[in-house]
Amino acid sequence: MKANCWHGRQHVRVEEVPDPRILNPRDAIVKITSTAICGSDLHLYNGYIPTMKRGDVLGHEFMGEVVEVGSGVRTLAVGDRVVVPFPIACGHCAQCERDMYSLCENSNPNAWMAEKLYGYSPCGIFGYSHLLGGYAGGQAEYARVPFADVGPLKVPDELTDEQALFLSDIFPTGYMGADMCGIQPGEIVAVWGCGPVGQFAIKSAYLLGAERVIAIDRFPSRLQMARDKAGADTIDYEDVDSVHEALKEMTGGRGPDHCIDAVGLEGHSPGPMYGYDRMKQAFMLETDRPVALREAILACRSGGVVSVIGVYGGFIDKFPMGAIVNRSLTIRSGQCHVHRYMRPLLERIQKGDIDPSFVITHRMRLDDAAEGFRIFNDKQDDCMKVVLTP
Amino acid sequence: MREDRSRSRYTHLATGLGWFSIGLGLAEITAPRSLARLIGLAENDHTNTLRALGVREVAHGVAILAQPDNAAAVWARVGGDALDLGVLGAAMREAETDRARLLAAIGAVTGVAVLDVLCAQQLGRDDAELAAGKRRERHAPGDRTVRVEQVTTINKPVHEVYQFWRNFENLPKFMRHLKSVEMLDDNRSRWRAKGPAGMTVEWEAETLQDSEDEWIAWRSIEGSRVENSGSVRFSPAPGARGTEVRVQLQYSPPGGTFARTIAKLFGEEPEQQIHEDLHRFKQLMETGEIPISDGPSLWRAAQPHKNPDKLRNLAGVQR
Repeated sequence: MKANCWHGRQHVRVEEVPDPRILNPRDAIVKITSTAICGSDLHLYNGYIPTMKRGDVLGHEFMGEVVEVGSGVRTLAVGDRVVVPFPIACGHCAQCERDMYSLCENSNPNAWMAEKLYGYSPCGIFGYSHLLGGYAGGQAEYARVPFADVGPLKVPDELTDEQALFLSDIFPTGYMGADMCGIQPGEIVAVWGCGPVGQFAIKSAYLLGAERVIAIDRFPSRLQMARDKAGADTIDYEDVDSVHEALKEMTGGRGPDHCIDAVGLEGHSPGPMYGYDRMKQAFMLETDRPVALREAILACRSGGVVSVIGVYGGFIDKFPMGAIVNRSLTIRSGQCHVHRYMRPLLERIQKGDIDPSFVITHRMRLDDAAEGFRIFNDKQDDCMKVVLTP
Repeated sequence: MREDRSRSRYTHLATGLGWFSIGLGLAEITAPRSLARLIGLAENDHTNTLRALGVREVAHGVAILAQPDNAAAVWARVGGDALDLGVLGAAMREAETDRARLLAAIGAVTGVAVLDVLCAQQLGRDDAELAAGKRRERHAPGDRTVRVEQVTTINKPVHEVYQFWRNFENLPKFMRHLKSVEMLDDNRSRWRAKGPAGMTVEWEAETLQDSEDEWIAWRSIEGSRVENSGSVRFSPAPGARGTEVRVQLQYSPPGGTFARTIAKLFGEEPEQQIHEDLHRFKQLMETGEIPISDGPSLWRAAQPHKNPDKLRNLAGVQR
């Protein structure tokens, strides 16, 4: 089959690889009908996530048709149309039983690698480095889905692929970002990053009762989408002297009640701190540059929640712990527990509360994945979200 | 692993110092002039002195590498450091000396000397404690027993976990170095394991203790090629979180120290192995299967394998 494979920094290409086969009773094989490039794939693309290997099949946002099931899968049948959550979860360990699916204790066969970096291992993830399982990803014609009786969600016929696809990751991820804030009526939420996850965080904050959402980015098209499609007020951080001051001004001097970092480890900022972090990163003195996170922490009103859904892979520098301690801030984070949110969010889509396809800007063939990565990474052509069809 | 951490750390340090000695010594013997220039000495005046010091240096290195846990060999290095410092100090007074460079060299030698003293002291203390019998384990000479202890929590009732382990024939399902275990009768079992370099090693074991839902202990019968013993304890985890499983294994690897060293070079750390085995045990008990990576332990790219059995084999998972 054809699959998009990683070959080093800023180098991916579609090539022929063997078809996946059922390896375990609870596996299923899905014939992929739609798959997407995620912002977090760009961290792999730019070489920030360790334990990648040449030839790794990328992709963790995909859906399709079940074409084969193992003997242990009774909840799915051949022909079912499903969307697959990016975290692989067994459904039976203590974490899964607690609904903390991205912390599944069993789905990462390479757990020992993650333990060395993170202390304990999180779940395995499709196409996202060997330390998170070394599973072939879904930017391909077929994928093997482990624990298929737990993850894949059947998609009703009336929904298109484009409406359902983002249940695999970015919609629930944005939603969890807002959910972790514990939004109360009247509260104002600020969201750093107006990429696809940021857009869903804005939408979700409103779904969860926020009075107002303020979104921060620098790309006019993204800010415009945040305003027009997601309903946010926006700040172009290159247009203001200080995001902090702008936020205070917009919130009666209180600061946003909660802040969501939907940027992660490759943040930008116009100030000298950006140069500082970029250099430390280049010399491997820190792995991640937390420019958005620092700003979010300092901007959040005292006692608020800073919710981190942007991806960080390793270590950061100059973390303003003093602000957190002295102003009783709560930091919440996590890879999304997608399984927890999929069904209720599917219902939201069915009810017409939201149509997630609004983030799509580019539709391409799987064969053109390399081109898709390039324009998405370079933010060319106002690229927001690329959907690939095999 | 129960091996004494600090001791092995100082043994490692000693090994490092040994190699350092050999490297420095060889440089002194083969390139005395370049070295003299580097440390600020007049090039031609010290060739023979440096060569002599080089020979001493190599001899010390070899002595340490032969017995990295022997404090005496490291103390000998400390003597050598004093000699070096004497020679360098005397050179301070010579006219052609580049004093800045020489001072840097003296600083470097002093630094190494401090390490030498530390290492020798520590190894000496260990020896004294061993002699006093404070350590129960290890170091009758030639005793290279490996001891490993690992623990995990499994989200299943104690009885279920105990029952599964009690049938030793189940062990190869998650212990990747076991090929098979056959129960000969209630008490005796025959074990076949993958040894270093593709060998198969085989032994018979007897069950010493079997307390329902509490613990099981076994050991190889006398005269086995691979002497080993093990035990596993089961206890309920607090807050109804299943079963804590504590495994302890001891064995003398076939082929002795040499084979063990080679095995370590290839990443076969016993502690790591048992840790991963216990993770597989947990996976099997909790999910009914052992998930298989497409790229187990970075051995291949994460893409589908055309031969599932080969991939299973690579992942150490039996069908």
